[in-house]
This record gives sequence, structure tokens and C-alpha cells, in this order.
Amino acid sequence: MLILECPCCGVTGEETEFHAGGEAHLKRHSVGSTDDQFEEYLFMRENPRGVHLERWRHNNGCGKWFHAARCTMTLEVFGTYPAQTYEPPQEIKDAISAKRPGWSWRNFS
Amino acid sequence: MSNAVSALQGAAFSDGIAEVRELGLRGMITLRGDLSDKKLIKAVKAVAGAMPEQRKIALKGDAGAAWMSLDELLLMVPHSDALGTVETLNSALNGTHFLAANVSDARAVFEVSGPYARDVMAKLAPVDFAPDAFEMGMFRRSRMAQVPAAFWMSDEDAFRVVCFRSVGEYMFDLLSVAAQTGSEVDVF
Ligand SMILES: [Zn+2]
Repeated sequence: MLILECPCCGVTGEETEFHAGGEAHLKRHSVGSTDDQFEEYLFMRENPRGVHLERWRHNNGCGKWFHAARCTMTLEVFGTYPAQTYEPPQEIKDAISAKRPGWSWRNFS
Repeated sequence: MSNAVSALQGAAFSDGIAEVRELGLRGMITLRGDLSDKKLIKAVKAVAGAMPEQRKIALKGDAGAAWMSLDELLLMVPHSDALGTVETLNSALNGTHFLAANVSDARAVFEVSGPYARDVMAKLAPVDFAPDAFEMGMFRRSRMAQVPAAFWMSDEDAFRVVCFRSVGEYMFDLLSVAAQTGSEVDVF
């Protein structure tokens, strides 16, 4: 069971109060993109054993979207952060580094 | 004008460890906008007496204002005042970016009361209902069993629950089963 803290309303709730929204920080390649970029956007996803960055929605709550950094192996949550960002903020990266030194996820580490 | 009726027309269950009652018609208005806007704060205070803090509810007699999210409040008024309140909000907030919608007939409201009301609530929602964790003045959106719900305390031993009208009967059955005789948990 995941325990997530919604950064929008501040509620700490268990996962049935939330809904998983897939991988975080995808670039929505669209008009003007190459076929490879569009394929990347539509189909290519990370499936890590370990650190993962995801989108979540507080659907049984304030209704807002946010980001979460967690471990897919231990279900440990490193932190949650606002949806309005293209990459995890430094304090989230630091929190992951403290627990998983040398981690990397796509272009982030 | 049609004759408005509530979801369960005041259904009640009182043979268990807590009393469950549908509260009949309630006026409810969804107000969305910038919650730090002075005009909006003034308009909310005119309805509910105060502006609710984050995850709180402000109550004044039959009226209230509950914090739903960063940009949304739920205003509660007597059912017959709902349309008038929307009109008042529309003129008070004219020119700002906002939405005021009368959702009175899209909701059902229940009260769970009695010394074991906390037990009944705690069986159904993934929320800490310990007396020092859930107190008067708090407002929480969550789920009860399989449906979204919001709740707050209306008295020492009483909770109010709001859900969508379409699941009103489900909510009543749920609360009644959780309140059945002999089902005390006695954790609080
Ligand atoms: Zn939230």
C-alpha cells in the first residue's frame, strides 16, 4: 500500500484515494515532430525496477494532478511534487539520492 | 415550479449503534475561482460568515462554506435560498474569473450521530477518525467504500456526509450496515 501526500491539498492518504496517471515528464510530441518522436511519445515507457517518477491524481479528494517519486520495488515514496514542472525539483532529487545513491531515470539523476 | 424532493426523502436508520439520517433538501453551491480574491472572500463571508481555511469548514447557523480544493469551495445554504445565492454571487463577482453553480439537487446529505458515530465512519473511509485526529471544523474529501464523499463534524458525536445523489441509496445502505447492532469496534 502506497501512502501519498497530495502537494495540492496537503492530505496524506493511502493509494485508494488516488489514481495513477502513468509516467511523468513525457513530452507531448505532436504537429511537426518526426515519426520517431511521435512513436516515443505514444508508446515508449520506462519500466524500472527501482526509482520511478509518475503522475497521480487525487481523484477521491481535491481532484488535482501531481507528481510522485517512488520505488517500484519497495513501494517507498521519496516525495511528491507539483504537476507544473518539467523535472523533479532539487529536494526530490536529493531525497531520492539519500536513499538510492547513484540513481538515474531517463535524463535525471 | 416542480416539487423538489431529496434523494431518499429523509430516510432514517436508528436500530443500531449510531443513528443514520438523510437530511433532506439542502442548498449547495459549487464556487470556483481565486480563493485569495478580495471580492470572492467578501462574497463567501456574506454567505457563511467566514472564509474556510485549507481543509476546513466555516459554519454559521444553517449556512456554511467548505474548502474543496485550491480553487473550489462548497457553499451550503437552505435549499430555497440556493438560486438566490447564486444570483447574488454572480453579481458580486461580476468581472472576475469564477463559476457559481447550483448543485443542490445533485447531492445527498446524511448525518451519522451517536456515541459510536466515529466507529461507523472509520469502517468506511481510509481516514484517521481518532478524536485528536479528526475534529470539529475539519472538512475531508475522501471515499466511503466505493464512492467519493466529503464529511465534517456537526457536533461532538455527529458527522455530516455529502455524496452524489446518484449514489445516495448506496451511501444510506452502507452507513446503515456499518451501524448495525453489535458492530461496535471500540477503538476510540
Ligand atoms: Zn489533494
